[in-house]
Parts: sequence; structure tokens; C-alpha cells
Amino acid sequence: MEGLVEFWNGLPVVIQILLKIIVIMLPLMILVAYYTYAERKIIGHMQVRMGPNRVGFFGFRLLGLGQPIADAVKLMFKEIIVPTGANKLLFLIAPMLSIGPALAAWAVFPFDAEWVLADVNAGLLYVLALTSLGVYGVIIAGWASNSKYSLLGAMRSAAQIVAYEIAMGFALVGVLVAAGSLNLREIVLAQQGGLLHWYWLPLLPLFVIYFVSGVAETNRAPFDVAEGESEIVAGFHVEYSGMTFAVFFLAEYANMILISGLTALMFLGGWMSPFQGTAIESWFDWVPGIIWLLLKTFIFMFLFLWFRATFPRYRYDQIMRLGWKVFLPITIVWIVVVSVMKIQHAPWWFN
Amino acid sequence: MKKVVDYIRSLFLFELLKGLSLTGRYMVTKPFTLEYPEEKAPVSPRFRGLHALRRYPNGEERCIACKLCEAVCPALAITIEAEPREDGSRRTTRYDIDLFKCIFCGFCEESCPVDSIVETRIYEYHFENRGEQIMTKAKLLDIGDKYEQQLAADRAAQAAVR
Repeated sequence: MEGLVEFWNGLPVVIQILLKIIVIMLPLMILVAYYTYAERKIIGHMQVRMGPNRVGFFGFRLLGLGQPIADAVKLMFKEIIVPTGANKLLFLIAPMLSIGPALAAWAVFPFDAEWVLADVNAGLLYVLALTSLGVYGVIIAGWASNSKYSLLGAMRSAAQIVAYEIAMGFALVGVLVAAGSLNLREIVLAQQGGLLHWYWLPLLPLFVIYFVSGVAETNRAPFDVAEGESEIVAGFHVEYSGMTFAVFFLAEYANMILISGLTALMFLGGWMSPFQGTAIESWFDWVPGIIWLLLKTFIFMFLFLWFRATFPRYRYDQIMRLGWKVFLPITIVWIVVVSVMKIQHAPWWFN
Repeated sequence: MKKVVDYIRSLFLFELLKGLSLTGRYMVTKPFTLEYPEEKAPVSPRFRGLHALRRYPNGEERCIACKLCEAVCPALAITIEAEPREDGSRRTTRYDIDLFKCIFCGFCEESCPVDSIVETRIYEYHFENRGEQIMTKAKLLDIGDKYEQQLAADRAAQAAVR
């Protein structure tokens, strides 16, 4: 152990940083790959189909578990077509602008009490800023493609993300009033005390609004007008093919996982056991915190898919109405309620 | 009053939760999917697949070149030429069905007075060269010979309603 620490400290700083990035990115990428598989499988079963079940490994089918690998390899070998009349530089930068923030946000994500890459004090602000930065990738992609469908998709996406960013921000204001901190680690620690002490209960409306805004923010069904394949083919990424498309795809799924993870952190007590403070707490002592966090994240990741299988796409004006006229007033009212609860030391969350 | 109830229902996402419960229920039911090459759907005796020309049990071909099938064919897929055989009986010299034209309506089979031209249960076949889509008399008779038992059984099963 001593030798390992010494070896680690002996490494150049660049290598250390790269290794840290890989430790977070690699599992994340694998999770993204198998999230697409889970999506097809789960939505398939909801539509009483089977989903992919042919591609396996070494001649075995294995429920189609090889599908994401096959998909990735296929996309890597496909040609990247740059349309004539497209702005080549912006066209190629857009996917990177899209995936950059989706990955960078993980820097402040606390996976366990001590497992956080950068314990930033303004972590919540950083995350909020980065998740909304992703929209630039979409806007630039839409504009640089020099295609009408792309531009329409980009415009829809921009308006939608701006609208829901506000509801999302206000929902987070509620969390930070309740926790009294912008540091994600401290927000989780403030929820100590088991299932009923987590913030989902006192902040229930904010919890729902945050997650629904998150769905809208990632342009997922039922808020996927930016893609709207029945109206504008694929929206902002019509003109993208091969790896450039794959990067957009990765960014979308990484964002979904991020939103799920953040919801788990801020409203479901992050890495903490749900049985804290109950008689059976000691039975689950052996479970590492990250497992609890993953389980909670999976709940929300599953919800994303469940929504997609269930709800028809919102009409554009309905999306705007929901964002501005429903979510915004509710969040503002609830922030006041939370503040009062906080001042009055309402049982049992704030005393 | 109704407005208030509707408002509260929409605020608490009542309809949405109902929808979610429906898809949730379906997720745990067994998929209807038949995994095709390994599993196959049952085929009815009325199934209208690839064509065949049948023979009588004594080996004599049934077709008497009446050309009713040629006349009834809405896609003009059947071409028949006929002349008397050495023994004086009327037989076809050419009986072609163009499968690219054929719409598998089954009219030929219905119009046939001697149950000669029939449609079989075969639905898995392909062509690799242009021209192979023409089912000649020889090919049709071969298929008829090969599947005679099945064809006779299917006709018998349908005899009461035909």
C-alpha cells in the first residue's frame, strides 16, 4: 500500500490527471453503451417485443449483449460526411462542444463520501453551468449543417433548454436553501438519516420538477421536439454520420446518466443507505456507498426509458406552457415553503 | 367543479401515472415475438403460397388446358399454350406463371374445374437470376409431385366449405 502511494506520487502530474480521468470515463462509457442496449431491450419489452437478442460473443447469443459493441464498431467505420455549404470547422467542433460539458460535469460528482475528483465549493453552480453549456453544441451543429431541418431543430432545442434551465435552476435553489451549501458532497451529507430524511420528501414538487426539467434538458421523449423524427427527420443532427453522430449520441446518453445521478445525489441522499436510523441498518453495512448511489441512479435512468415508451411527444406550445406557466410558479412557491420550513426548523429535516 | 377536479388531476399527473402503469404492466408480460428462422407461425390449409400443378393418382396430369385460370388471372401472370397430345387428349404444351406479376389472389385455384393449379404452403423461396421467376410447367409439376400428400390433405380439409 505504501509503495503504491509512493509510486502514485512519483508519477508526473499529467499522467496522474489522465489516469483519474480514465477511471471516471471508462466506466461511464461502458455504462453509456449498455444504457443504449437497456433502452432497446426495455422499450422492446414494454411494446411486447424482444429487443436486440442476436449479437453475442464467440458464437453465443447471450441475450444480444454484444449489440452495443457491434453498433459502436459500425459507427466508427462509417464515413463522416461533411455537407457542401456546411461550415466545416464549426460542423466538426459542434459534437465536441456537445460531449465536453457532458463529461466535464462528472469532475465534481461525489461517488462516495471521499470519492470526488474535484471537491469544488460551488459544485452545484458548476454542474448547472455545464449542463446548460451543452446547448451550444446543438445550436452550432444546427447552424453549421446548412440544412433547414437542422436549423429548426437547433432553434427548438435552444428555446426549450433556456425555458427549462430556469425551472431547473429554481428547483436547485430549493435544494441549496435546504442544504445550506453549494458543495454536492455537503448537500448529500445534509440529508443524513435514512429514507425519510432525504430531500425528496420535503422538496417533493421540486424533485419532480427537477427530474422532468432534466428530461426536457436532455431533449428526451416526451420533450424531444428538437429531434422530432416525424416532423424534422432528426433535428440538429440530420447531417451527421459516423463518429460525429456517435459523439452526439454519447453526449445525450452521458447527459441522461448525469441528470439521473444528480437527482439521486440531491433528492435521494446520494451514496447513503436508505435504512439509516432503522433497526436493519447494520444488515447493510457491508454495501459500499457507490452501490447505493448506482442503484438510485439506475432508478432514474430507467424512468427516462419508461417515459420514452409511454408518452407521446409534447406539442411545442405545450412545452413552453409547462415550463413557464406551471413549473416556474410552483418552484417559486415551494422555495418560499422550504425557506419557512428551514427557519421554523420543521421536523425532522431541518432541526 | 369539473374544472377544479381536472386541474388537480393534471397537477398530480394522474393520467401520466396511469399511462406509466400500463406500459409497466406490459413490460412484464411475455413478448409475442416469434423468433422466425427457429420458430414459425402456424400455416392455414387456405394459405396461398407458391403454385403447383397436381396429377391424378394414376400419374396423369390434371390440367386440361381450359385456360380458365389464364382468363381469370387479374395480373395476367399465367401464359398457356395447348395442343392435342398423340393420344388425342387436350393438354398444355406450355404453362408459365410469372411470379413477379402474380399477386397470390388464389383465383386460378378457385377457377380450376379439375383442381389442377393450386397454391401450396411454401412461402420461403428466392431467385438468383432473372428468368428464374417464371414457373414453367415442369417446375410446377415437380412441386405438385413433391407436396401431393400435403396438397391433397389441405384440399380435403377445405372440401366442406369450397
